[in-house]
Amino acid sequence: MPTVSMTVNGKPVTGDVEARTLLVQFLRENLRLTGTHVGCDTSQCGACVIHIDGIAAKSCTTLALQCEGAKVTTIEGLAEANGPLHPMQEAFREHHGLQCGYCTPGMIMAALDIVRRRGNDLDDHTIREQLDGNICRCTGYHNIVKAIKAGAKAMAPGGASRQAAE
Amino acid sequence: MYNFTFHRPTTVRQAAGLLARNPEAKLLAGGHSLLPVMKQRLANPPALVDLSLVEGMSGVELKGRSVVIGAMTRHADVANSKVLQEAMPGLAMVPGSIGDPQVRNRGTIGGSIANNDPNADYPAACLGLGATIVTNKRRIAADDFFTGMFSTALEEGEIIVKVMFPIAKKCAYEKFKHPASGFALVGVFVSKRGPDIRVAVTGAGSNGVFRVKSFEEALKKRFAAKSIEGMTIPATGMNTDIHASAEYRAHLVGVLARRALAKAAA
Amino acid sequence: MSATGIGAAVRRKEDFRFITGKGQYTDDVVRPGETRAVFVRSPHAHAKIAKIDASAAKTMPGVVAVLTGADLAGDKIGNLICGWMIHSKDGTPMKMAPHPALASGKVNHVGDAVAVVVAETLGQARDAAEKVKVDYEVLPAVVNPAKAKSGTQIHEIAPKNTIYEWSLGDAKATDAAFANAKHVTKLDIVNNRLAPIAMEPRAALAEYDAGTDQLTLWNTTQNPHVSRLVIAAFVGMAPEHKLRVIAPDVGGGFGSKIFIYPEEVVCLWAARKVRRPVKWTSDRMEAFLTDAHGRDHVTHAELALDANGKILAMRVKTIANLGAYMSTFSSSVPTYLYATLLSGQYDIPQIYCEVDAVYTNTVPVDAYRGAGRPEATFVVERLVEVAARELGLEPPELRKRNFVKSFPHQTPVIMAYDAGDYNASLKKAMEIGDVKGFNKRKRESARNGKLRGIGYSTYIEACGLAPSQAAGSLGAGVGLWESAEVRVNPTGSVEVLTGSHSHGQGHETTFAQLVSQRLGIPIDNVSIVHGDTDKVQFGMGTYGSRSGAVGMSAIVKALDKVEAKAKKVAAFMLEAAEGDIEFKDGKFTVAGTDKSAAFGDVALNAYIAHKFTGAELEPGLKETSFYDPTNFTFPAGCHICEVEIDRETGKTDIVNWTAVDDFGTVINPMIVEGQVHGGIAQGVGQALLEGVVYDANGQLVTGSLMDYTMPRAHDLPSFNLGFTETKAPSNPLGIKGCGEAGAIAAPAAVINAITDALGTEQIAMPATANAVWSALQRATPRAAA
Repeated sequence: MPTVSMTVNGKPVTGDVEARTLLVQFLRENLRLTGTHVGCDTSQCGACVIHIDGIAAKSCTTLALQCEGAKVTTIEGLAEANGPLHPMQEAFREHHGLQCGYCTPGMIMAALDIVRRRGNDLDDHTIREQLDGNICRCTGYHNIVKAIKAGAKAMAPGGASRQAAE
Repeated sequence: MYNFTFHRPTTVRQAAGLLARNPEAKLLAGGHSLLPVMKQRLANPPALVDLSLVEGMSGVELKGRSVVIGAMTRHADVANSKVLQEAMPGLAMVPGSIGDPQVRNRGTIGGSIANNDPNADYPAACLGLGATIVTNKRRIAADDFFTGMFSTALEEGEIIVKVMFPIAKKCAYEKFKHPASGFALVGVFVSKRGPDIRVAVTGAGSNGVFRVKSFEEALKKRFAAKSIEGMTIPATGMNTDIHASAEYRAHLVGVLARRALAKAAA
Repeated sequence: MSATGIGAAVRRKEDFRFITGKGQYTDDVVRPGETRAVFVRSPHAHAKIAKIDASAAKTMPGVVAVLTGADLAGDKIGNLICGWMIHSKDGTPMKMAPHPALASGKVNHVGDAVAVVVAETLGQARDAAEKVKVDYEVLPAVVNPAKAKSGTQIHEIAPKNTIYEWSLGDAKATDAAFANAKHVTKLDIVNNRLAPIAMEPRAALAEYDAGTDQLTLWNTTQNPHVSRLVIAAFVGMAPEHKLRVIAPDVGGGFGSKIFIYPEEVVCLWAARKVRRPVKWTSDRMEAFLTDAHGRDHVTHAELALDANGKILAMRVKTIANLGAYMSTFSSSVPTYLYATLLSGQYDIPQIYCEVDAVYTNTVPVDAYRGAGRPEATFVVERLVEVAARELGLEPPELRKRNFVKSFPHQTPVIMAYDAGDYNASLKKAMEIGDVKGFNKRKRESARNGKLRGIGYSTYIEACGLAPSQAAGSLGAGVGLWESAEVRVNPTGSVEVLTGSHSHGQGHETTFAQLVSQRLGIPIDNVSIVHGDTDKVQFGMGTYGSRSGAVGMSAIVKALDKVEAKAKKVAAFMLEAAEGDIEFKDGKFTVAGTDKSAAFGDVALNAYIAHKFTGAELEPGLKETSFYDPTNFTFPAGCHICEVEIDRETGKTDIVNWTAVDDFGTVINPMIVEGQVHGGIAQGVGQALLEGVVYDANGQLVTGSLMDYTMPRAHDLPSFNLGFTETKAPSNPLGIKGCGEAGAIAAPAAVINAITDALGTEQIAMPATANAVWSALQRATPRAAA
């Protein structure tokens, strides 16, 4: 069985995996990082979004072996243990941007990528267009849009909160 | 997904060698077409040859009167390329419209073209600009490259290395997204490069991407939406599914072509 | 109002684990020695199983067992059941066909489970499942519900594929009213079939402890106790006390996780057979094939009016597709959850409704957010809107003329509305939605080449399911009360065990708000415990917008008892008469004195029992209540939708949404608004985007998210919400329920807006761009006003 090594949430990890092992399986089953979810099998829903080398990707459409040597960040890696929440996490709670919580980790990871690409001052239209790869069945997106807008602002240099932990 | 062996060559030559030794092997670029199909067990390659470590296959460059895009360049990187934005913003509209942000972060131009999904966006840009697809073996004109649904002129062991797009002064892409999949329900790319006028359509035809000669002819007088006002194409040969009938797709070809022309003029 | 009490927008207590990735959903639970199950499913909609050959699969690497329907029958595992009896007009009981967890001799829909492979890993189980060879003799499939009666008979018990032919109301009186009508509006309506698509796919993990003969099931369920009851009492898997069902974090339900499905039964059975934990997790494509779908009605509806636009009567005939088997509550959805709401917000003297429920070779259909009430609202609100247009009246005006204005109001279809103010919600919605400015906006749209339309939906729903006696008289196999147990710890912190189940609704917060306010203790000192049959004694779960109205009422009743007992304890502590003890803001005081004891001190004294003897008072502070409501609740409101349509492409954009709802008492406005947002999104999805499609052979065309359109962020606007309030008189808090309102109201509002813009009533759901464009080719749009 091939061996794969990568850095996940700042920690080096190694595992023996079948070549067909998806990154999401590696994270959930080998590393027991179950915050990353699977909501579909056609790369549509975004429940599995994580960051590979700082860029958002769908871990259900990425092989673990493709991430050899990469830096992977999952929802579990956004806030340090016992540390404060990441401003985007805080914004989702403050603005009721989640209900059942299943899409939430992917939403937050996707939201951070929107900020990376589009900056801290986001309008509703941009957020809605840029959320194209993430499906939520509970919230009607209304509060997710609010949360991302506020979270992005809070992440701004000199904003209410510190920068991303990545 | 069935299991397979996984290879990560660092040169095109090594990749070609691996393909030669594993005739059933598939190339893995961004993986956003291949992996979903493998997950459904609709494809069963015994080996995958991952091109991500191959040097020199990524990037957008200006070379003479062409924009050259490495086959492994991700959609997001093409869409955001300063070089492309300045040289030919109309082409940047294409990768910018593919899938969703995460897909654009991983998917590549080479993967998209080699797969030739009948609803994919890049084939319209290639055909609509008269691009040249450069492989490890030869150069193939876009007009000869796309040979039907999921079918291309690529031969066994052939690897797309880059795609050369001649710079058109006026060009644009207009897409009507499939509401569920994000692919093109219909997408139309229009361009004018000197006397060469092209209108290429993806998503609509049951045999993949095609050019609309009647529109191109009408646009010779003047490259503007007005020149094809009221024009449409026959519904025969158009796809029909639950999201769009053949008649509707044919109608959209006209609408989107006019909108693309308006954008190209802007 | 305190910062954390009733009415406060308290941030959710449950959120921390979800935003940090620490939620525990069923698939996140791992048991030692766990195996994985993969089902072999029918590729045919209707076929006889000639032969199953599992020999090759059994020799595949990692395979632990391959089990079939014959094995299941051999072990005397019983069938799944539908728990609500409906009788036909002629008095005969509904025709419930056998539903084995693994097909026995015959498959009845694509995806019907034929065998299960249990293996060490998921990959191995999938590899082996492909090697199970099943020979089928394909039979003609019945797909279209409107033609089901003339199709090939699917079940021996059900001639003409008819489950029941049911009716409600007075046919003769209704016909007489129609005979006297000045105007009759007629509509043919298809209520499109939907896939619920909770983002967390269904999953089941079963474990057997041979030492204690105990089975445990972790399951994506909205009602673990009902699940345990059915699996114990009807399926006969194990005695109820030997089966524990745990619903950990559940990622959305919308009805689809109420039902008892074959997969959890098979996992339990297999776990006991192989003596190892067995886990099954659905993938999305499997979910499309196996999760119960919703809606799927074909209806002809008529509305009779007099010359003044007063409604005289309504006549409705519906064919309801229940799919291949009768799912757990399927029979009740198109009958008592549907026809009973056909009076809408209106005073309608006569209503007659016939419903024929049929089998088809499609996946079972059961309750999906709203369950029957969206279908009813769509019929009523389309009829009223079209009638107004035909009579040349403004749609709000026709509504006003017919609103129920005095309460209680007995409708001709069972329901007795107890409180509401329908004019108030309409008026407020028209203000918030700036209806006055609509014509100006329509002209602006026209200048941009767009058609603009406005549509109303003044809906009503019956929630707070349900008074047990009423439900029982209508055929329910269970009572629909709810339970609560309030455990006060010696240190004064409180655990509330509830039979309600939260899968996104935020009970851990709202229920704690109630307890915190009532006992005068910090909200952080309250924990809500739910979703485990070993912890909570019994409960009916969450659906039908019942958790506030019924679940919280049970907590109120238990808190009443806690307070009464605590007063006794306080009386001993404060050396006063029990009748002189008052309780307020977390403090027990002796009336007219300054003697007092804090709630925490009283709790401690209840347990140390130093101030009283066991003969005087039992130690401890823990009370249980079973609350059975006295009536349904009747949330109602007005939604106004504005659309813009691209003339050239037919694409519809929702540009404005106003919702004014009357949910009675609101515990947490932030959470209630979230429920409304989500409901509207699902209703808009039904109207514009979603629709399950089977082809003529019963193959599922919309089998993945590549084909089935889910609403995405850019398909929706932000919503303008408002509230009116009339308290529900039937429960102590005055709560009506809010979970389903949006999904009930929205489809009619959208279609009324689109038809307003198009000038034709002929548009089916989902109103895709193609469908709207086609309608535009047929219609002459009304001129911009």
